[in-house]
Amino acid sequence: MRVLVTGLGTFWGSRLAQALEQFDDVEVIVGLDTNEPRLPLERTEFVRADSDYSILQRIVKATKVDTILHTHLLVDSTENSNRRMHEVNVIGTMNLLAAAGAAGSTVRKLIVKSSTLIYGAGKRDPYFFREEMERTTPPHTEVERSLLETSAFVRDFAVDNPHVVVTKLRFSNALGDDITSPFARSLSLPVVPEILGFDPRLQFVHEEDITGALIFATRNDIPGVYNVAGRGTMPWSEICEVVGKRRIPLPPFFTNWAAEPLRMTRVVDLPPEVLDLLRYGRVVDTRAYRRAGFEYKYTTAATVNAFARSLRLESVVGDSNPSYRYERDVETFFRHSPAIIREGNE
Amino acid sequence: MLPCGMPGHLDDPKSTTEQASYEAVQRVMEAVKGEENVIDLGPSAEQSSTRALVPLPARRSRELPDPEPPDREIRRGDVDPWGRSERVRSIARRMYDPLYRYWFRVQWEGIEHIPTESGALLVSNHAGAIPSDAPAIMHGIETQLGRPVYGLAEYLFRDLPAIGTLWSRAGGVTAHPDNAYRLLKEDQQLVLVFPEGAKGTGKLYKDRYRLARFGRGGFVEIAMRAGVPIIPIAVVGAEESMPILFKSKRLANLLGIPYAPITANMLMFGPLGGLAYLPAKFRIRVLEPIHFTAEPDQERYSRARVMDASEMIRERIQEALYDMLRSRRSTWW
Repeated sequence: MRVLVTGLGTFWGSRLAQALEQFDDVEVIVGLDTNEPRLPLERTEFVRADSDYSILQRIVKATKVDTILHTHLLVDSTENSNRRMHEVNVIGTMNLLAAAGAAGSTVRKLIVKSSTLIYGAGKRDPYFFREEMERTTPPHTEVERSLLETSAFVRDFAVDNPHVVVTKLRFSNALGDDITSPFARSLSLPVVPEILGFDPRLQFVHEEDITGALIFATRNDIPGVYNVAGRGTMPWSEICEVVGKRRIPLPPFFTNWAAEPLRMTRVVDLPPEVLDLLRYGRVVDTRAYRRAGFEYKYTTAATVNAFARSLRLESVVGDSNPSYRYERDVETFFRHSPAIIREGNE
Repeated sequence: MLPCGMPGHLDDPKSTTEQASYEAVQRVMEAVKGEENVIDLGPSAEQSSTRALVPLPARRSRELPDPEPPDREIRRGDVDPWGRSERVRSIARRMYDPLYRYWFRVQWEGIEHIPTESGALLVSNHAGAIPSDAPAIMHGIETQLGRPVYGLAEYLFRDLPAIGTLWSRAGGVTAHPDNAYRLLKEDQQLVLVFPEGAKGTGKLYKDRYRLARFGRGGFVEIAMRAGVPIIPIAVVGAEESMPILFKSKRLANLLGIPYAPITANMLMFGPLGGLAYLPAKFRIRVLEPIHFTAEPDQERYSRARVMDASEMIRERIQEALYDMLRSRRSTWW
């Protein structure tokens, strides 16, 4: 198995490459990104490249990869500009799929990491979104629009390339020790924002289950769209209680304006799609992926609990994970120098 | 068996279409009379419609139920996947009980028709500017049968701060077809629905106890699809607890609400009357359950079949209401 991972510079990409390195039948792992990997990797080849079509096509052709793990979809609008989200999500995916579908391509499997943001959040929503359901509100932020556009590209790709197994995973809000997301940041504040009078049902997925789900799709042929979220739901008030934080209410009307001072003072950035979640919440049906055979390590409640525990440790000792910095020359030396004695390869 | 006579407006059919609908109802009634509340209107393929009444996305059949994960010990609250909290509900019951017992003096009839375990769709008439029937029905069933009732209601509630949250904790669920299906089929719960909707609660006092149109019969289709019985419920008393004398269309449009009523309560108690009910005596009659022979989980059901059943259920509730009103000596006692 020869794998191409996009978005190696994101937490997901690095974590995924780390996990893929454990499998012996994964011969080659090529990672693409404009940023350096976040975690130490042993044999993954990192290529600093943007999502330019000609480069992608050359890489796909030259490496003869058979599996593409497309984890480079930006979903955190607080860390990326609209412009960048459009470039990376829409244009990047378009180029990647074009390269994967080019004549003579060896790609036989495509796994896309998407987000449940695609369902939106509104009052007319069903209480449980299944994969085939459509959102009930028109998308009103760039991240949602770009995800919808990407989703259409992937659907077209699956139709045009019936010989490729296309798996699309929609991940719920992520929580974990090593990950930053608007929710994780909100819950790390001394007081946690809420919208006065609203207590939405929410769902979370643990970072371990995210890598687990991506690996599961890599190891098994399961074409289709799947929601990935911890089982069960929890209201926001209970989540704050588990984490042990007091809540500070935002007004229920003109909430977006009220969130602006928080944004400007860099206390916490609550983008419109997160404010929608704090108002209406969103829960997805997770049965399809479990029926496909995936076993979760964490339920929603367990995810929140684990997150609360890691927050407690962090409040005492600070960041407990050793920080990692990618040194190009050192990594090249370890991978390619004849001075390194590699076991098993002789 | 309940009396199945025809109500007034269908007594002398004027046009051929009315004649046809009259006959359809008659046919259903006879079918029902004949074989213990089992409705079978022949093969559905003959008269099948082009589109499902209640569009539900295609569903893989034999979906396994999805019970709550077993993390009771790490949870702090008891809010279930539907947003209902037994803790909040029991506090609400304690607060509501005096009103139920001494103000409305609710009297039940035929509560044994409601199953103690499996799912069922409870269908009732709806009345009062702020409907007083839903809490009374839910309270009665929960105290007597000890099982939760989920009440389907407008999307409107999900937009209301505080009230919406309380409503959800007390067992309110928005009336999305998929929510109803899931509750009935997969969770086997009791679900209460008012097919009249705001047409029922927004009607004037002079139109009391005359049932409005039962939507497009979506509730029948969902019960058929979920394979659960429909249990019709007739409520007398809610109409008089908060009667609407006038309605202001302009004010309703201005506030963006379904109707803006002037109630008798407001005239009597002033602004307090917006919330205070009159002490009308409540009588609730649970009618015999209606089982459908239609195969569950079909993509769509014949519209004629659905509308026939919907109309039949409406007639039954209407007839029960007239019957109860005939024997009612006083509105208040």
